Amino acid sequence: MWKQAKWDEPLIFEINPHEKTRQGVLINKDEEIRNLVKDIEIPRNLIRESSPELPSLSEPEVIRHYVRLSQMSFGVDNGMVPLGSCTMKYNPKIEEASSKITESHHPLEDEDFVQGILEMMYELQQWFAEITGMDECSLQVPAGSAGELAGVLMMKKYHKVNNRAYKDEVLVADTAHGTNPASASMAGYKVIYVRSNSEGLVDLDILREVVNQRTAGFMLTNPNTLGLFEENILEISKTIHNENAILYYDGANLNGILGISRPGDMGFDIVHLNLHKTFAVPHGGGGPGAGVICAKGELKDYLPYPIVDKINGKYSLSKIPKNTIGKIATFYGNVGNLARSYTYILGLGPQGVQAVGKMSTLATNYLIAKLKEVKELELIAPNRPRKHEVVFSAKPLADKYGVTANDIAKALLDNGFYAPTIYFPPIIEESLMIEPTETETKETLDQFADVLKKIVEIAKTNPKAVMDSPSNTSIKRLDQVYANHPTSITPTYRVLRLRKLGKISSLK
Amino acid sequence: MDKHPWLPNLSSVEDMLKEIGINNIDELFRDIPEELKLKRLLNVGKGKPLSEYEILEEINKKANRNVDLAAPPFIGGGICPHYVPYAVKFITSRSEFYTAYTPYQPEISQGLLQALFEYQSLMAELLEMEVVNSSMYDWGSALAEAVLMANRVNGKKTVLVPENSNPFHKEVLNTWIQGKDLKVVEVKYDRQKGEIDINDLEKKFNDDVTAVYVQQPNFFGVFEENIEHIVDLAKHKKAISIMGVNPLSLGLIKPPGQYDIDVAVGDGQELGLSMNFGGPLMGIFAVRWDASLVRQMPGRIVGITRDSEGNRGYTLILQTREQFIKREKATSNITTNEGLMAIANAVYLSLLGKDGIRELAEEIYYRSHYAMKKLTQISGITRAFKSDFFEEFVLKFPTKYDIIKEMLKRHKIQGGLKISENTALFCFTEVHNKQSIDTLASVLAEAIGNVETS
Repeated sequence: MWKQAKWDEPLIFEINPHEKTRQGVLINKDEEIRNLVKDIEIPRNLIRESSPELPSLSEPEVIRHYVRLSQMSFGVDNGMVPLGSCTMKYNPKIEEASSKITESHHPLEDEDFVQGILEMMYELQQWFAEITGMDECSLQVPAGSAGELAGVLMMKKYHKVNNRAYKDEVLVADTAHGTNPASASMAGYKVIYVRSNSEGLVDLDILREVVNQRTAGFMLTNPNTLGLFEENILEISKTIHNENAILYYDGANLNGILGISRPGDMGFDIVHLNLHKTFAVPHGGGGPGAGVICAKGELKDYLPYPIVDKINGKYSLSKIPKNTIGKIATFYGNVGNLARSYTYILGLGPQGVQAVGKMSTLATNYLIAKLKEVKELELIAPNRPRKHEVVFSAKPLADKYGVTANDIAKALLDNGFYAPTIYFPPIIEESLMIEPTETETKETLDQFADVLKKIVEIAKTNPKAVMDSPSNTSIKRLDQVYANHPTSITPTYRVLRLRKLGKISSLK
Repeated sequence: MDKHPWLPNLSSVEDMLKEIGINNIDELFRDIPEELKLKRLLNVGKGKPLSEYEILEEINKKANRNVDLAAPPFIGGGICPHYVPYAVKFITSRSEFYTAYTPYQPEISQGLLQALFEYQSLMAELLEMEVVNSSMYDWGSALAEAVLMANRVNGKKTVLVPENSNPFHKEVLNTWIQGKDLKVVEVKYDRQKGEIDINDLEKKFNDDVTAVYVQQPNFFGVFEENIEHIVDLAKHKKAISIMGVNPLSLGLIKPPGQYDIDVAVGDGQELGLSMNFGGPLMGIFAVRWDASLVRQMPGRIVGITRDSEGNRGYTLILQTREQFIKREKATSNITTNEGLMAIANAVYLSLLGKDGIRELAEEIYYRSHYAMKKLTQISGITRAFKSDFFEEFVLKFPTKYDIIKEMLKRHKIQGGLKISENTALFCFTEVHNKQSIDTLASVLAEAIGNVETS
């Protein structure tokens, strides 16, 4: 029986109610320097008259508070996190040793001081080009979405340089991650959705219909978000390229074909990778991640700069692609996390990288086999093998017993599993999107399947029990309406304080 | 491969295949056209799976190719060296935070949500602004998103950016706004003081200005004295005012909220993060309590709510702005952000507290001013700007700075960032003790002496 810690933990502002003077860290003051400088000469009108309303706490109070909060959280080290499209694999602990390479170095240090870091980045650029089948990679992008933005901006500039500025539409599959249309729109493109066929794949006829001279590019994931490989990818690529458009690869789903098939060989022109998914950077409760953006042929001249170059055995950040879109991040991306992925790839080696693709795909299909007899979990194209993930529809349960995908998710929490991604992709109703990854043992997959079966059974006999879950987590279901209501919405403690004092209006 | 520490099922393949009813893993890839299947192993890593000990050897090789400096680098420009207390690393290393996903399932992620809410709240107090999101990538992207937001709010196309704001942030801004055809117009600065040239700003402030940006302290480390005036101009012209802040300086100087600024951006790197060669950083994004701004904000926001029994709880709010719901109509495409870095900021600010932040800001102020005094005593080195500064300042040298920098390099000292042929921006924080500043001074004196006699 799994139970999560349940601390009635006050907010950090509420811990020292009597405002006694305490401090969790001493400042190393140099009295000699103070005496030599004497006074602070900041212009009067700029001085902050009163200290900010921060708490005053000792170190043990702060530590105990945040340790308790951590106990009311759940990561891959606690248990399975089968979030589809997020690839929540185990994060090997040796990755932490890599901080030694980057931690104490400033990004603007002289290149002679940081040859070790630059060499690591250079090798990573090569490795990711090899993995994706691309010509060149830039490590500039701090996460996947930033990679997508870079990719669509590259597309845009490429068309502009080639006098095709009239191309103002980007195609997106209806199974695409929400980031694809959001990125396209940030780059100023109109988004056109391409419907999937009954097999859950891009409908070639529809694609040919919507492609026209205004098409700037097509953003696609392969395998797609249903976990299905777009087997017509060569045909798709031809269709897109015939219109002088760009084929963009959203790398969020690479894990299942890692070392088995490469986007570059499929005809993709630009690829982004999410290192916090496929390459085991710990997700940190929503970041920091790390990304890579790679390109083939002419498109490599548009990559964000700088790219690490090797000149006479010396590494340098001097490489600026001819038609670069510019910089995406303030410095060179999340280098500390690049070091973690570097370590991960060292540990896998060529054989391990391919084994990741095979074993993650095996895990998905094993789970499907274990759930085969559950009639209430429907599968589109049931005879097609999945890759990294699988999407079940719980529509039969919702229709017949009123138990939704959301209810099933909450019931899974009660059993010590994080929930799958739900209500995504939008083309599948009541969807549960499950990605087991290669790092969950067969025994854990068995347990997960058993728990899911058990929940379905309870839903049929006692639907209310499922609808009332979770009860083993730190808190029961939360009121989303109250959370977002203009009179009660509370994004900070400051708003709570000011509202109590009647100093704040409703957020109309 | 028959075993690997991160691949537990290598020895279960047969059993798993049997359950699926196939004989070979390759059958699971039968839908991939044969010509797209890789017929070889990828050329990555070091040719074979390495043991942990071998990985450590590789890491050490890389670490040893870097140079250990004689003192923390005297360079800033968007990131500064600071001491990170062990308590911060201890908390951010907690598995439950460290290996968690975005808290989409609030019931099982209450602690993470509360920690992020506390980051938002501590930052809100520091800035005196009501709404803070739970992070952007970095200062540059936060600025870019603020400008894109301004364009969504008022539909105008020109953004005024001072020449004396951080050039690295400007590079990011220029990239991010390409898609929306926005125009950046640079505003001059006063060459004596180092502050924004208000006359030039007024001249350029036409009706098409969507937003005006000011950095405090600016790229030269100099305090801008005319913030009120800039905010008034923005209000008068119905433009969004954006202020970039170094959050540490707010222990000493007026926060953006006291100027009634619309949007504040910055970087939390100086609040408990290592330099990490420029990332992960921690983009700060805050707006004042105004629905038209709040509803157009990018990024994730955590809020307070209650559970079915009336207990206080936390959940993500205003999610209908985000990509997974709104798709092409989202306020931003940002998904994975810098959550763990926000928690590092929260722990750091909780440890410092209201007295600590002031003491630390003062200490940095004193040390940077001591350094300025000490270095400008050297014959030929002068101060580039008259106005007062914080943490960073620009020095003028009697010779090419490149030559000076090379000489510092021989002593394993990282000097300041070259601004022009004869000037450089230096940075001093609590990690630069008197001895290291004095050593820098004597090496600089020697370097200038050498140049003059050669």
